[in-house]
Amino acid sequence: MFKLHYKLERRAIGLTLAIIAAASIGGIVEIAPLFTIDQTVEAAPDMRVYTPLELAGRNIYMREGCYACHSQMIRTLRDEVDRYGPYSLAVESKYDHPMLWGSKRTGPDIARLGGKYSDEWHVRHLINPRDVVPVSIMPAYGWLMDNALRTDDLSGQLAAQRAVGVPYTDEMIANAGADVYGQANPDSAAAAGVTSRYGEATTVRLFDGDPQRVTEMDALVAYLQILGKLTDAASQDTAAVETQ
Amino acid sequence: MAIEERDPLTGHRTTGHEWNGIKELNTPVPRIVYFFLITTTLFGLVYWVFMPALPLGTTYTKGILGYDERNVVRRDLARAAQDQAHWRDVVAQADFATIAADETVMGNVREAGHALFGQNCAVCHGVDASGNAGFPGLSTGALNWGDTPEAIEETIRVGINSAHPESRSAQMPAFGRDGILQRAEIEAVAAYVRDLGRSGADGAAADHPEGAEIFAANCAACHGDDARGNADVGAPDLADDKWLYGGGLQTVYSSVWAGRQGHMPTWEGRLGSLNIKILAAYLDDLRKARP
Repeated sequence: MFKLHYKLERRAIGLTLAIIAAASIGGIVEIAPLFTIDQTVEAAPDMRVYTPLELAGRNIYMREGCYACHSQMIRTLRDEVDRYGPYSLAVESKYDHPMLWGSKRTGPDIARLGGKYSDEWHVRHLINPRDVVPVSIMPAYGWLMDNALRTDDLSGQLAAQRAVGVPYTDEMIANAGADVYGQANPDSAAAAGVTSRYGEATTVRLFDGDPQRVTEMDALVAYLQILGKLTDAASQDTAAVETQ
Repeated sequence: MAIEERDPLTGHRTTGHEWNGIKELNTPVPRIVYFFLITTTLFGLVYWVFMPALPLGTTYTKGILGYDERNVVRRDLARAAQDQAHWRDVVAQADFATIAADETVMGNVREAGHALFGQNCAVCHGVDASGNAGFPGLSTGALNWGDTPEAIEETIRVGINSAHPESRSAQMPAFGRDGILQRAEIEAVAAYVRDLGRSGADGAAADHPEGAEIFAANCAACHGDDARGNADVGAPDLADDKWLYGGGLQTVYSSVWAGRQGHMPTWEGRLGSLNIKILAAYLDDLRKARP
């Protein structure tokens, strides 16, 4: 039974080749599913990219560790679809680098949070969750309202996202700073540029209610209000399920 | 090429390697390891046949069972809809009076409505629908956009100042910030409005005659001459003792000075018409239980 092994052990080159062959099986098992990636990731022609303000909010979401308690992944289970809405599709994370699916829910899943509650609720909830939900155990994030949003690095952030495949145009990258201001100030001249570059459906609002400056609160609320709304593919997918 | 030499103590073969008289044993692999190796290998082979498994260039083997998690959830959802059809169909077709009169249906509406309310509405309006500063209580008192279940259903469907094209919309002007009223005038009218619910229209007018005049000239157009509000334009009743933003003098002053524009999201796309009707029937039932 061990004859082959006994022989291999005595031949350095043969043993090396055998080790490479055995180890590469593990690699193939991980790489092979990518061959069928076109079948895994659905088509979503209506999908738009994150605006600079939403991308900045996403960075704050990562910085504050929101993903440690909130998942962004609705599984294909009846109770999750009943509670949160259509199950998550792979394509919905197409522009997420890195993805923020999370692996643990201390708070609820927020993959479909966009548009569910008002901006005012989000602001009050982030400043002090107990103010609106008395039983909440979420920490307070009051400093988001005090901190001005850092915008000078956003063109670079967009360029980095483009390097990994997000289709930002040169114009989007060049105007990132102006678009951040415009999206959080609907009455400003810069607001028109945001809708022309990112689409009419983009939410341009005074997210934190303060027209004087763009705060981290503006960015995070803008991001929370777009969750699950970059594409309509998921609700179409579930609608197709229901009619079948 | 196995070495035939056996160790006299253990009875196992040796590897034939020897270091200063110490020989290495060639202990056989325990049988249990072979057992699990073979079992898992067989399981893997069977799994390949029955379940989606192997990538084949541009596609993959679907397996005999054709298992797909989306089919599973589709089946579960269809089964759930079937189980609940006996009362959901009634809710979908009947009017609110008929629904309220049917105890069996109402039992289901209360159960489903409570879950829907808890997941979607409670973070703003409170788990018992008693409200919070800036978010109206729904269980008692007048509602800004009408108390009937039909009005509640419409408010849930389109929202208030929401993104829905048919959204209910209302904005209270910023009387102070936009220079419509002077500071002293706002103080007078705020004191009058604050006392409306406490001492009644006559008492408040007697205590604050100037405030009553300013109210008639500026506020009555929306809130009504008697300050009882107008559900057609979403103007709240100011003569009751229920306050949306708080009944302190400073809060009332702020409301008049900077105006108010509440926001309720539209739920049409998220919940669908049937769930919205269940919520309206649930809230109507809740309000009847707590007059």
